[in-house]
Amino acid sequence: MDPPLLELRGLRAGYGRVEVLRGVDLSVDKGEKIVVIGPSGSGKSTLLKCIPRLVKPTSGEIFFKGTRVDDDPTVLRDIRSKIGFVFQQYTLFPHMTLLRNVALPLELVKNAPRSDAERLAMEALSRLGLRPFASRYPLELSGGQQQRGAIARALAIDPALLLLDEPTSALDPELRAEVLETLYSIAREGRSMLIVTHEIDFAEAAADRVVFMDQGVVVEEGDARQVLERPRNERTEKFLRRLRTRL
Amino acid sequence: MEAEKILLEVIPYILRGVPVTLQLTVLSFIIGLSIGSVLAAVRIFGTQPLPLIAASYIEFFRGTPLLVQIFFIYFGLPALGIKLDAFTAAVLSIGLNSGAYQAEILRSAVKGIPEEQFLSAESLGLKTGQIYRHVIFPQAIRIATPALVNELVALVKYTSLASIIGVAELFRNTEYMVSYTFRPEIYLLAAAIYLAICVPASQVAKVLETKYAIPGFRRAVV
Repeated sequence: MDPPLLELRGLRAGYGRVEVLRGVDLSVDKGEKIVVIGPSGSGKSTLLKCIPRLVKPTSGEIFFKGTRVDDDPTVLRDIRSKIGFVFQQYTLFPHMTLLRNVALPLELVKNAPRSDAERLAMEALSRLGLRPFASRYPLELSGGQQQRGAIARALAIDPALLLLDEPTSALDPELRAEVLETLYSIAREGRSMLIVTHEIDFAEAAADRVVFMDQGVVVEEGDARQVLERPRNERTEKFLRRLRTRL
Repeated sequence: MEAEKILLEVIPYILRGVPVTLQLTVLSFIIGLSIGSVLAAVRIFGTQPLPLIAASYIEFFRGTPLLVQIFFIYFGLPALGIKLDAFTAAVLSIGLNSGAYQAEILRSAVKGIPEEQFLSAESLGLKTGQIYRHVIFPQAIRIATPALVNELVALVKYTSLASIIGVAELFRNTEYMVSYTFRPEIYLLAAAIYLAICVPASQVAKVLETKYAIPGFRRAVV
């Protein structure tokens, strides 16, 4: 049997003396789309950042395609080049055009010659309908276009796993829609995704599984429908009720 | 006769100080930039006690008067067996002083870049060196440029302190001519020359800033 695409075992992490993750186990199979929900400060974002080791766990283990993720620079670089990561904001590099943004990792990490890198980058941009903006600078674009650009950059390396950390929460409501649409279309392509978001509708429609986190632990996880419609845990139910009334 | 004297003697004499003022400015700026870069790098990347030493240097040079520093280097160092001519002493002390300010300009420019920029570059698999070279420094230098130009313009004026230890720069020559002619309005002439140096310098900076501006990037205020 193949190992899961991603496996977290007893993951703990913190900043200074504050422990943010207090023992998380989670596994993601190939092609699975998992949405992580939970109140702010529950450790969702830290969890995501631990995977490509942007935050160093204090203990626990992470396996990506069966390889243990640790500080070995060669292993780490290889793993990072197979995982796409999209942040809430400030993701694109403002001093280069959108095309250069997408081409840069292909050149520096995949060692592609500039012309190949830019051709691949242009293809990635075209797929997300961003071709007309290729020569624009990030700050000349709307927030939604910037975020889609960041997604295009993450996808250009053809990652085995795409991690998205609240990709829509810094956006105005009317810009959220275009980013969500992009996320739906990626989800349909069958790429493995782990998404932290408050977009319950997206979770309902696109996720295979939903994970509810609170206070640094996974409180409940399961089939997306089940967790969102018939949560077993009282905390999950309370959180969902509050989220729905706010919307 | 009077006008002729001013035209033929005073003005040429004062103008002879201009190249000296410019040399003092440029040399001390370069020394300051070198020291500032090292100090900023040490404060950002160094392991203790190096950042602490760098911070102490900065506090010392920002917390004591430049005039005292000039006096110490020119009059104090010979007691320790280091003898410098007035010009060198002036360049060195203004440069050491400016280094403290430039260090902070550079450090805050790097620190002003959102953490997500570093993290997303890291998440793409870039090596630390590549992240600084391709992502952090190109942005930091744009953020720092207006403040560095400010510093350069400030140095033009600070070099007038070198007059006190006898460097024949613009202000020293002006003073000499004032006592020679008993015409204090000559100070106005000196002020005009300083302006004529500083205003174009700021203008050049504005041109550079516009030329290398990142489209849509927040405009820095000079």
